[in-house]
Amino acid sequence: MLAIAIIMLIVSLAILLFKLSLPAISKFGIGFIWGQVWNPISEEFGALPFILGTLTTSFVALLIATPLSISVALFISEICPKKIGHIIGIFVEMIAAVPSIVFGLWGIFSLAPWIQNSATPFLKSTLGFLPLFQGPSYGIGVLAASLILAIMIIPTISSFCREVFRTIPLQTKEAALALGATRFEMIKITILRPSFSGMIGGVVLGLGRALGETMAVAMVIGNSHRLAISILAPGSTMASVIANEYAEASNAMHMASLGYIALLLLVVTLMVNGLARFIIWKWSPKI
Amino acid sequence: MKNIIILGLCLMSFSLGAITKINGAGATFPYPIYSKWFSEYQKNKHDVEFNYQSIGSGGGIQQLLKQTVDFGASDAPMSDEDLKSAAWPILHIPTVMGAVAIVYNLEGAPNNLKLSSEVLVGILMGKIVKWNDPALKLLNPKVDLPDKDILVVTRADGSGTTSVFTDYLSSISQDWKTKVGNGKSVSWPVGVGGKGNEGVTGLVQKSQGSIGYVELAYAITNKLKVFALENSQNEFVLPEIDSTSQSAASLTTKDFSGDLRISLVNAKGKKAYPISAFTYILLPVKQGNVQNKEIKNFLLWALTKGQKFAPELHYAILPKKLSESLIKKITQLKD
Repeated sequence: MLAIAIIMLIVSLAILLFKLSLPAISKFGIGFIWGQVWNPISEEFGALPFILGTLTTSFVALLIATPLSISVALFISEICPKKIGHIIGIFVEMIAAVPSIVFGLWGIFSLAPWIQNSATPFLKSTLGFLPLFQGPSYGIGVLAASLILAIMIIPTISSFCREVFRTIPLQTKEAALALGATRFEMIKITILRPSFSGMIGGVVLGLGRALGETMAVAMVIGNSHRLAISILAPGSTMASVIANEYAEASNAMHMASLGYIALLLLVVTLMVNGLARFIIWKWSPKI
Repeated sequence: MKNIIILGLCLMSFSLGAITKINGAGATFPYPIYSKWFSEYQKNKHDVEFNYQSIGSGGGIQQLLKQTVDFGASDAPMSDEDLKSAAWPILHIPTVMGAVAIVYNLEGAPNNLKLSSEVLVGILMGKIVKWNDPALKLLNPKVDLPDKDILVVTRADGSGTTSVFTDYLSSISQDWKTKVGNGKSVSWPVGVGGKGNEGVTGLVQKSQGSIGYVELAYAITNKLKVFALENSQNEFVLPEIDSTSQSAASLTTKDFSGDLRISLVNAKGKKAYPISAFTYILLPVKQGNVQNKEIKNFLLWALTKGQKFAPELHYAILPKKLSESLIKKITQLKD
């Protein structure tokens, strides 16, 4: 019964968003997805800057958070003494409890100045030849949003991975050690390899949070509607533009276009989840 | 025991019945003065209770059109379409005035640098990108302006403040009017966006070389540096409560008699600050409605005794001519 209710909920959500965005869908069609202009005055709307913003921030966040989270999980479950591991685990999970607006404030007041004064000069001197790291940095921007997202999803990924690692039987590990494997080889063979699909699951959960995170991102991403390649430039995500403009949408088409973005966000999220499920299914160890 | 509870419930329902509850929703900008007014007004009048939700001008108009509130409040006047779709005729009653200050953060620079309307548009269009641009130097010959990038900070969320500001920009520059236009959210050619006045304030405070626009109250309470802005008479005027009031001083009784959706930007008058605006209470013209009658009584109070609370909260009071004609207008309405 409840399961049906949950399915109904998702379906009715999609229907509601579809209804809301109908004027925009009939006016812009599928071209909305690669439209680059977002101008509420001339009623010209395109979602590309926001789709790219969402994908870039989430991708960069995953790039930073995944190795960190897996190492944290490994450290806690395998390397350090149990008691200390337990305490560290609690602290890592506490990050998940910090309200996103607090992260946003921290982002504006500490992270952004650090990016502007320390990280940007370093990135420019080492990787400055890439278009990704060109243009002036104001501190706030795509990079700041990605870093905040990375921190926010670390507890999600790492606690998921920890649970996965915990399912590995002690005997397997001991067997590996008994066969002469070093500790590193033991971790590689008996823990990481069988846990692969589980770790992907954790990463997907993190990605889900990153795609939809709104408040902290809206506070540090710079909220510009212009398309930019550099991750130092200000940008916008799908969630942040909805949060910013929904309350004071200036006309019906503006409102419908925001609805269209919400619909796309739903589709992107479902697609990412589906893809991850496919990966898990494909790579699960066949028994 | 049971009896006491019943008695208590009876008393509660009795007292509830005697109080007229009035719901309003709308602009965040006048929220501090409105809540001050409500609490002062209720000190002498215990049988009305105001509940005002500061959900934004657009939200206030929507709620009013959907008839979920007794009055609305908005910084930007309602559009003709919205007025047509309302169930009742809706009067725009200006309550206080506000100004948009152009603020900046530049280390070593004095407060109150001069800014002409042309240079302002140049900066916002991305044509002037450095603080030591000749045009800025020409306006401030005595100041040693550094070779630093200008960072423009705008509002990311739709807002009445943006509406007033872009209304001003459109009135001074044809280029702006055709390329960007005016409204609650516009497609900014340059810069980064902060959420809310507090977001813009925070970004300006944190970023060296930034220029932004906020409501006057935020500039004052956060001690931001403000530009002296060129007005229609080519005078450089600081955003202050008096200079804001001055921008409505040139209006005549004839202006007040008709539609009160008047734009005050770039007003005449040597002392007038050019980016000023009314904030409105949107009053539906209903008859035989208790709430409506109480709102009118409240407005009559707000336009007279209430005005003196405005300056301490950094709002400009209405010119006397205007409040008098408004009072006349309200008292002529049938209850």
